[in-house]
Amino acid sequence: MIRIFKTGCLILLFSLMQTVAPTHGAEGKEKAWPNFLGPVDVHGFLEMRGGTRTRDDPEARDISVMEVRLQADLFTYTDWAEFKFKGDVWADGVTEKGEGDVREAWVFSRPSGFLDLKIGRQVLTWGTGDLVFLNDLFPKDWQSYFIGRDSEYLKAPSDAAKISLFTELANLDLVYTPRFDPDRYITGEYISYWDVAAAGHAGRNDIIHADRPDRWFEDDELAVRLYRNISNYELAVYGYWGFWKRPGGQTVSGTAIFPELNVYGASIRGQVAGGIGNLELAYYDSAEDSGGGDPLIDNSEIRYVVGYTRDLAMDLNASLQYYVEQLLDYGAYEESLSGIPARDAFRHVITLQITQLLMNQTLALSLSGYYSPSDKDTYLRPKISYDFTDSIILETGANIFMGEVDHTFFGQFENNTNVYAAVRYSL
Amino acid sequence: MAQTATPTADEIIHKANHMALYQGVDTQSKVSLTITDKQGRMRKRAFSSLRKNDDNLDRNQKYYTFFQAPADVRKMTFMVHKHADLEEDDDRWLYMPSLDLVKRIAASDKRTSFVGSDFLYEDISGRSPKDDFHELVDTTEEYYVIKNTPKKPDTVEFAHYIAHIDKKSFLPMKIEFFKNDGRAYRVIESLQVDAIKAKQNGRPVIYPTVTVSMAKNLESGSTTKMTVSDVRYNVGIRDDIFSERYLRRPPRDVMR
Repeated sequence: MIRIFKTGCLILLFSLMQTVAPTHGAEGKEKAWPNFLGPVDVHGFLEMRGGTRTRDDPEARDISVMEVRLQADLFTYTDWAEFKFKGDVWADGVTEKGEGDVREAWVFSRPSGFLDLKIGRQVLTWGTGDLVFLNDLFPKDWQSYFIGRDSEYLKAPSDAAKISLFTELANLDLVYTPRFDPDRYITGEYISYWDVAAAGHAGRNDIIHADRPDRWFEDDELAVRLYRNISNYELAVYGYWGFWKRPGGQTVSGTAIFPELNVYGASIRGQVAGGIGNLELAYYDSAEDSGGGDPLIDNSEIRYVVGYTRDLAMDLNASLQYYVEQLLDYGAYEESLSGIPARDAFRHVITLQITQLLMNQTLALSLSGYYSPSDKDTYLRPKISYDFTDSIILETGANIFMGEVDHTFFGQFENNTNVYAAVRYSL
Repeated sequence: MAQTATPTADEIIHKANHMALYQGVDTQSKVSLTITDKQGRMRKRAFSSLRKNDDNLDRNQKYYTFFQAPADVRKMTFMVHKHADLEEDDDRWLYMPSLDLVKRIAASDKRTSFVGSDFLYEDISGRSPKDDFHELVDTTEEYYVIKNTPKKPDTVEFAHYIAHIDKKSFLPMKIEFFKNDGRAYRVIESLQVDAIKAKQNGRPVIYPTVTVSMAKNLESGSTTKMTVSDVRYNVGIRDDIFSERYLRRPPRDVMR
């Protein structure tokens, strides 16, 4: 599948170059770029953000986030393409370093009535879940999410080519990532975690160094979405061929690895009783542990979500979701264990989001919550943001983790409970 | 043709609805909103807008909005498939480019503020004439004065509204919303009307268009001035512009 796709990509790229290169060459002949390039649109922001843990965490600093961040956003276009660059630099008080991150650097072209191409570093999202992701296997940044950075940073960029085909019957998105882009998962650097092997909390002195598959065009990922609307009910089927996005296994010597993963799923979203309903499921095929008997590699799973969102009153919106992870081959999994706390066969999570806008929609009070009755743990994200002017935004919030036991998904982060505040000036 | 014959209230509202929202097959424009609160603090919103009629019946329409300002919504796109049927909610989508996220927005309440301004969604995309009973209460030199009473009073925050409709152009020039105690609490006025030249089936036509209007919330003291510029009619906007493809990546000319 991936091989055929690669060949297809190359052919498409070549044909695109053939069609667009001569045109622009003729126009811009021997002249500087301003002739064919549109005006460059420059924007950005300067942000200060600080936060602290509310309890003592022996594995981490007291400060949870402390940074001064500058983002620059440049955009321009020619007759045949659009160009975007968005990058951040920030002084990071947690790592005590200057950091940088190119968020976007892409070329977009609409070479024909049925084809869109976007090539380069880009943020990618699809699927129907609200802050839970089933068929969206594009990289997430859980560290940024848990320490209270802007929600924009929950999505990490991919270095990929996105090809979109549009037909009367259905539309098709193909995203090819030539080198595996994992999640920015919890490593211990910003957020301490439960170390299963050591049966204890670990943090910045035990940073996870995973063995990431990193060979270009060998350790690659392909994600596919086929979708169409029927009476504005959005139907989609998905496929993914790649790797577990955060370490889903380890070697005999204990190094974290990213085993192969294939995902197949489907979703529907549309109007239900004055609100929006969504239903999505995904089969996670852990390709290197198909029987579930390998204790070092995560078992296959089926994930389900059903959700509903609606307005409760003026400028008051609420959404509720029920999310389930079903661990397959559970018998084989239990047998292969040797004293490590077992995951349940079913992990149930209820998510709730409430947003109230006030004062001409300049003040937003919101609460996102995740509660797992099976893991008996909770993650709450209260937040207040206020648009002081059109260019100055003030924000404060918290990330609250609670759990009955140390090893559950949210419970392990209990010591990372934090509060933060930020001010952003946009240019 | 008796020149003195006065049209019925329903006829006037039908024409006014057409003039305010359905002229031409499609239209493209730039819109800026200036919101001024009681303390005099100003906020600005700017966006490009596309609109297309689904048919010639003054019913269903599609809207596409590309935001240019302020910074926190820049480059977001917003799309509405408006359904005129009382029982059917509009379909609304919002695209957030920094997350590449297509969000479906619940649209059960149309009487909420549009982008934090004193205009409501229903002021922008129109309140269906079928939602109200209409009564011609006065005819002045310039205006037909129509009282509109909601058929389902529990779904709206007003008791009735009075519309002043220009006798020549049939454009609504002033709309006052009243509470149960008879107090006016919201006013929308058309401050400027421009004659926009366009072509229809190859023949030149003129569409009188409100280009400056003002919404005032008399309770909060907040006002919003809406200025519409670069208005073009019958530009040939294709149906597929109002789909996820263009929501995620806007057509080139709306971004300029």
